Amino acid sequence: MSETENLTNESIADAVHAWLDANWNADLSLREWREILVDGGWATPHWPQAFFGRDFNQEQSAVVSKIFNQRGIVPVAQTGPRRLAAETILAMGNDDQKRRYLRPILTGEHSWCQLFSEPGSGSDLAGLSTKAEMIDGQWIVNGQKVWNTSAHHADFGVLVARTDFDLPKHQGISYFLIDMRQPGVEVRQLKQMNGHASFNEVFLTDAVVAANNLVGGEGNGWAVAKTTLSYERRMGGVTRSFGGLRGKRQGRVYDEYAQEVRIANEPYTWYPQRQGRVDLVLPRAQQTGAIQDPAVRQEMAKLICMSKGAMLASEAAEAKRKSGSNELVPAGSIGKLAASVIARQAAHVHTMISGADAMRSGPESAEEGMVAEVLVSVPAISIAGGTDEIQRNIIAERVLGMPTETRADTGPFRDIKRND
Amino acid sequence: MQTEFSEDQEQFRTMVSRFLQEKSQPTAVRQCMESDAGYDASVWQQLCSEVGLAGTHIPEAYGGFGFGPVELGIAAEEMGRYLYCGPFFSSAVMAAYALLHNADEAAKDALLPGIAAGTTLATLVLDSLDAPAKIGSGLAVAEGRLSGTAPLVVDAHIATQLLVIANHGAGLGLYSLPGDSSGVSVETVPALDPTRKLAKVEFAQAAVEQIGEVSADSLNTTWDFVCVALAHEMIGGARHLLDSTIEYTKMRYQFGRPIGSFQGLKHRCADLLMEVEMATAAVHHAARCLDAGEGEPYVASMVKAMASDTYMKAAKEAIQMRGGIGFTWEEDTHLWYKRAKSSEVFMGTPNLHRERMMGVIEAQGSL
Ligand SMILES: Cc1cc2nc3c(=O)[nH]c(=O)nc-3n(C[C@H](O)[C@H](O)[C@H](O)COP(=O)(O)OP(=O)(O)OC[C@H]3O[C@@H](n4cnc5c(N)ncnc54)[C@H](O)[C@@H]3O)c2cc1C
Repeated sequence: MSETENLTNESIADAVHAWLDANWNADLSLREWREILVDGGWATPHWPQAFFGRDFNQEQSAVVSKIFNQRGIVPVAQTGPRRLAAETILAMGNDDQKRRYLRPILTGEHSWCQLFSEPGSGSDLAGLSTKAEMIDGQWIVNGQKVWNTSAHHADFGVLVARTDFDLPKHQGISYFLIDMRQPGVEVRQLKQMNGHASFNEVFLTDAVVAANNLVGGEGNGWAVAKTTLSYERRMGGVTRSFGGLRGKRQGRVYDEYAQEVRIANEPYTWYPQRQGRVDLVLPRAQQTGAIQDPAVRQEMAKLICMSKGAMLASEAAEAKRKSGSNELVPAGSIGKLAASVIARQAAHVHTMISGADAMRSGPESAEEGMVAEVLVSVPAISIAGGTDEIQRNIIAERVLGMPTETRADTGPFRDIKRND
Repeated sequence: MQTEFSEDQEQFRTMVSRFLQEKSQPTAVRQCMESDAGYDASVWQQLCSEVGLAGTHIPEAYGGFGFGPVELGIAAEEMGRYLYCGPFFSSAVMAAYALLHNADEAAKDALLPGIAAGTTLATLVLDSLDAPAKIGSGLAVAEGRLSGTAPLVVDAHIATQLLVIANHGAGLGLYSLPGDSSGVSVETVPALDPTRKLAKVEFAQAAVEQIGEVSADSLNTTWDFVCVALAHEMIGGARHLLDSTIEYTKMRYQFGRPIGSFQGLKHRCADLLMEVEMATAAVHHAARCLDAGEGEPYVASMVKAMASDTYMKAAKEAIQMRGGIGFTWEEDTHLWYKRAKSSEVFMGTPNLHRERMMGVIEAQGSL
């Protein structure tokens, strides 16, 4: 048993306050403050002591973050897919990788992207055909990735590529950390159906990865990728938008933080809309008088039931997980599926509330265009991070233990039928 | 407020579940449903005296165990899973809650200990099982005499004590009279769900004692507590249907493979699991809200609506995924299907409850 388990919540709270009293200073630069924060071990207290953490459990970490919120303390960088990279490196990387990459992720110095999907392999991620070969002591990568959120401003990427085309498909994959700022990497932004451009296509032409940037060993990439994906499902999406801190705060660190959030959020302003904006439903129904319509009331009530039910189910799953129950807790996939159902129902209710007004878009339309943006952004939620159909497969096979499909993709990878 | 079950509560669930697993197998359920009484008196007696279930939520001062809606919910959930047949819901849930929320001290002292012990079989006589707002038009009291008709009363045919909500001209009152009083006629009504017996009760100038006033608030509260217990029963049944259906799809072969390997079934099972998980979490939350007197004021209607839709969906899928055998009398699934259908409309349809929750939300202007 580690000694941190004996800490009481009160003693943790005292320690956080004492440390903040001694170190927090709103006039520091953002980078200076975050370096102090990360090295002090209070940024990610649930991480191991050897790597910027304190081995805290969930409850202990919650004590820390609550105090940070209350005192309006600027946190470590959280935007973009950087946290997927950080959690994967922490779980599967070697000590050298942890030392080199974790700190600049947290301080905000480096941003990251996820180079998984390809034109020929999306749901069937393990069907990927981007090739990595060891030549003269370094990995040389060739192929194309697509739908990669944040790749246009990322410094690094987590990359899956095939290192053996003769093995069965899951076995020939390796996981790399790739420097995006090199001639072999070309990024092109893609315009989405809602007009925004937060994802990209990435062309890899003799791109170079240093030998010690292989994670988990050659041929073990599938296991590492699954770590990233399960974290992604739990997070509920590749990127979350962060609204910054509440209230008006004075000081250099606040100004720089607000700017970071603004820049980072810019391509992702539509993310809340893809969740359906359940928060706007009741006020809109009241303002427009649509709340008097019995049909609208029924659909609103269904939406409220779903969104409360999903929240309560995820809390229940979390409580079971914490109490160490061995019962399979299907929180990730079920939560992701529920988010899609909720988003669709919210779009349906917004449409009912608007009536013909839903034909409009742009800043003059309902809620300064937010409702129109809901209607054209909701389709993303059931695709990004693994489609609804894939979540249903996972729930049926892994949680309910239903038998798997007959497979058409066994044997050496090079013999499997695919689109190239 | 509590967010998970305590160890004691988990043990309580295990104890109830073991008892029912032994006493309420489908063969026993079928014997009960085919009998006139609708239940096995010796199992009921054990359930009350050995396991003490009827007094779960009744305060110790009235001979109960003094637990609350959470423990009552655990018992109801397990009963729903095993489709227990007996006067638990009519007597220990409906009648006891009517007394607890509407009766004066003397009546609680007189009646609750017998209900807790299972020796009194009480039932709540309402002139409508559709909505609290509809109560009061079919039953009236004048000068201590009750007249009128309650078309659907659960377990009235075996009740030794009738508790009646009736109109006394200036509002609603709670009245009490023995089941065999003169001026009372009880006629069994054929029920869609034969595991929950129904009767029509007619009163012709029957002498009654008023034991409390029923306000709009206390009626709504009673309705809420009953609905949350019912919702527990329903999610227990839904979980049984999900589990048994998954098992069936694993062992039934067609086209040389188990039918559970077909995505057309798998995806629907995944959706069903999601709904069952959400409804279950919401129902457990509702019991904790009632227990603590906190939470969303519309939570009872929310979970009655969710449990109704989820149970019916599970029931339809359970039959469909069994094919022809699922449509037979011999296979057991239809027993849960019928319980699901009758529970869906018992104490308010899902539409009624959604409307009821929107009324609260509209008035308070927030979720
Ligand atoms: C907004 C957004 C952001 C994204 N960000 C990233 C990112 O940062 N990095 C990254 O690598 N990728 C990203 N993606 C890609 C995403 O993970 C893929 O689009 C997704 O996994 C689906 O793959 P696909 O597009 O190739 O569709 P396909 O796999 O071709 O799917 C087409 C249809 O077939 C269905 N289907 C496929 N296989 C099965 C099956 N076994 N059973 C039943 N149905 C099946 C799918 O459900 C879907 O309906 C993003 C996507 C979106 C929309």
